Amino acid sequence: MGLLSKKDAKLITDPLTDNNPITIQVLGICSALAITAELKASIVMSISVLFVLGLGNVVISLMRNIIPSKIRIIVQLIVVATLVIIVDLVLKAFAYELSKTLSVFVGLIITNCIIMGRFEAFALGNGPWKSFLDGIGNALGYGVILIIVGFFRELLGSGTLLGFPVLGDPIGSPETGPTGLYGLGYENNGFMLLSPMALIVVGIIIWVQRSRNKALIEEN
Amino acid sequence: MEHVELFFKSIFIDNMVFATFLGMCSYLAVSKKVATAVGLGAAVIFVLAVTVPLNWLLDQYILQEGALAWLGPEYAEYDLSFLSFIMFIATIATMVQLVEIIVEKFSPSLYNSLGIFLPLIAVNCAILGGSLFMQSREIATLGLATTYGIGSGIGWFLAILAIAAIREKIRYSSVPPALRGLGITFIITGLMAIGFMSFGGMLTGGDEETKEEKTEMVSTNKTEEVKEVVKEDEEKIADNIKEIQK
Repeated sequence: MGLLSKKDAKLITDPLTDNNPITIQVLGICSALAITAELKASIVMSISVLFVLGLGNVVISLMRNIIPSKIRIIVQLIVVATLVIIVDLVLKAFAYELSKTLSVFVGLIITNCIIMGRFEAFALGNGPWKSFLDGIGNALGYGVILIIVGFFRELLGSGTLLGFPVLGDPIGSPETGPTGLYGLGYENNGFMLLSPMALIVVGIIIWVQRSRNKALIEEN
Repeated sequence: MEHVELFFKSIFIDNMVFATFLGMCSYLAVSKKVATAVGLGAAVIFVLAVTVPLNWLLDQYILQEGALAWLGPEYAEYDLSFLSFIMFIATIATMVQLVEIIVEKFSPSLYNSLGIFLPLIAVNCAILGGSLFMQSREIATLGLATTYGIGSGIGWFLAILAIAAIREKIRYSSVPPALRGLGITFIITGLMAIGFMSFGGMLTGGDEETKEEKTEMVSTNKTEEVKEVVKEDEEKIADNIKEIQK
């Protein structure tokens, strides 16, 4: 660890588990729930947030001494909005279909509470390098949850991962009929693709995490 | 009629919280007590009712492709829609600041109870989401945009009111320790969202056309299957007859 001191490494690893932005800090829930019906969309969303949060944290941290505290929210919003416009245009240019599925949720990265929360809580009081690590760590913590939720919803909902059928072919050729698990009578649970299931899956993740680490249990 | 339809649609069918998950952060953070939930909900209705029509005007006369035509024919080619994020969020942040100043001046007691929430509203996804959905659904007139803003605000208000009331009561239930607080709130919200899905057919009368198509598909599939089975049976019978003849 020549590049990262112990403290710096903690900035990255902490948000992955015990200080996860979604399950512990309760930030950035909206997008985490809305776009996780497919694994691919969750991965792209995580990368977009990684880009915006990592870079945004550095920019805010560099400007932290010249931003008047009264208008800091507007300044932060403008910085995020600029970065998000870049992400949106890149997506439209290179992954048009995907940007249609993500629809307004790319724009909503602007108001993703993770971003404003980390700007307020960290970037305004720390140097650029630390802020960068903090941004990366939190974006990764966010991405981990997104990918777990997306994985289960796509696997159970449509029987595919990243679009590849992993549980066999539900229709199959006329001679053999359905293959894989479907041949044994397995059916896709279409309910997993509907939005309410995202909430319940996240609820279960929180349940598992808190059962493993009793220190995180809330009073009420 | 158009207005009534859009109004109820934005409250129940496209409910901000249950259908699109907008504004979840403050929904989860501020729903511990009914009184504070009502305060935030009211502020959201108000800000949405103001910002959605304002952003509609911006979109219609500045941002859309060809929207600048009113300045003169030479401006008709410009398409500034890539600026919409930054314009919308700037409008919202300014409006929230303005509302804060006005409320502080005219109703200090309301300011004291709302004070903390107003800056929060600027970064509430429900507000920006309202404007972005207004843009992507291509709402036609200023009046409809206002209706949409008020309707989705009321939908959000209802959602946070309901969850706050449930959370006040759930304190007396024995929830598994690891689920207490956040976990159970998520699961309750999920169940409420399932409940709200039942409003889906309210205005269309249940999407009869699509259902008929599906049943037709199923029935044709079935007849094909039956035919295949019948064919197989016939072949078997023919084989049997041949064997018997031998």
